[in-house]
Amino acid sequence: MSDHELRVSKIRNGTVIDHVEGGQALNVLAILGIDGSEGLGVSVVMNVPSDRLGRKDVVKVEDRELSQSEVDVLSLIAPEATINIIREFEVAEKNRVTRPDSVTGVLSCPNRNCITNAGEPVETRFDVVADGVRCDYCSTILRTDIAEHIDV
Amino acid sequence: MRQDHLITAKQLSRDDIEAVLDRARAVADDPAAYADRHAGRVLALCFFEPSTRTRMSFDSAAKRLGMNTIDMGDVDSSSVSKGESLADTVRVIEGYADALVLRHPSEGAATLAAEHVETPVVNAGDGAGQHPSQTLLDLHTIRENHGLDDLTVGIMGDLKYGRTVHSLAAALTEFDANQHFISPESLRLPRSVRFDLHETGAQIREHTDLDGVLPDLDVLYVTRIQKERFPDENEYHRVAGEYRIDAETLEDAAEDLSVMHPLPRVDEIAPEIDGTDHARYFEQAHNGIPVRMALLDTLIENAEAPEGPEVDR
Repeated sequence: MSDHELRVSKIRNGTVIDHVEGGQALNVLAILGIDGSEGLGVSVVMNVPSDRLGRKDVVKVEDRELSQSEVDVLSLIAPEATINIIREFEVAEKNRVTRPDSVTGVLSCPNRNCITNAGEPVETRFDVVADGVRCDYCSTILRTDIAEHIDV
Repeated sequence: MRQDHLITAKQLSRDDIEAVLDRARAVADDPAAYADRHAGRVLALCFFEPSTRTRMSFDSAAKRLGMNTIDMGDVDSSSVSKGESLADTVRVIEGYADALVLRHPSEGAATLAAEHVETPVVNAGDGAGQHPSQTLLDLHTIRENHGLDDLTVGIMGDLKYGRTVHSLAAALTEFDANQHFISPESLRLPRSVRFDLHETGAQIREHTDLDGVLPDLDVLYVTRIQKERFPDENEYHRVAGEYRIDAETLEDAAEDLSVMHPLPRVDEIAPEIDGTDHARYFEQAHNGIPVRMALLDTLIENAEAPEGPEVDR
């Protein structure tokens, strides 16, 4: 039994997001739009040892099965994440996140002069390109600091 | 060209560009044939930042097609100063006009505007983004003097914030053109423009000095280095002086080099160049009329054509 499972008990039904890069768990919840107000049981484990990542975070969301399109956006900040769908305490599905073609309404544009930062009634939209994401409006490319621009 | 709007030069194929330039040539050859072409139609001029030549050029082009123009005036005296969003402004103005010309200080403004209206939108400059109608008249000027293939073009000055540069560089990738970019290190092409150029496999080289590359150029496109880009005025004067063109600079240039500039210039091209065969910038500005007439004609024609698949013409 791995270290994190000792810290937080198994869930009966829901989703376990494992192998999240250490420190990114709260960003994962932010991207998924989960802030506790939904009444879902949420467990967060941060910075526990991981063979693969050194340190990793784990997020468990009870009674909600996240769809692949919901979790793919996580690939931007947690490319190694695995998604386990749990039913009756068993792993019913295990998937990796894959990079989506575009990301809508999750990130803010780092270009302060972009029209999406001008108080207009518009959701941001980024194309996912080879080494980052790119604003559909002003073409600014965001590479390494994507987590800092999560705006949900 | 089956484009609904003109937002960025990146949206234009070689065929799109040549179709507009062919039409511009036809307009220039026989302007009378176009004089009443769009009588009764209205062009809205929406300039959220100051403009003289682009605004007047579109105004004149529209009137020479028989259109009327309406102008929202200065931002200070419009509803924008009351806090109205751009999205609302263009949706209102759409009801008043058959096409919109938009200049705005924010990058991406024209993209946003086009998402909110059916009426054709022409991006007349969005911050440090794009200025594609300028590019069409730049290309028209190059084509009339050199053709658009087997070209070597040098683009010099403020490449970071220069929207005319970003549009021109993108459009030139549709042609057989080698591009040289000459600027101070702090005003290099932005990452997003370099990304696009590399994606297309374009032949580009970046330099901090004009001397080495000047003899190879067919076209030298000069842009203004703005004082406000530099924290220190002395630094501005030092840098701007290095990228100034005068008769001595051009001693090593090819005989048929065209010197171009989107204007206004301040002192980056010495007036002594004006009378030489190299000077193309006033011709370039004048080309704004037939090119913008051709552009408006094309966009309005597309807007009024029945919906359907793109047809090669």
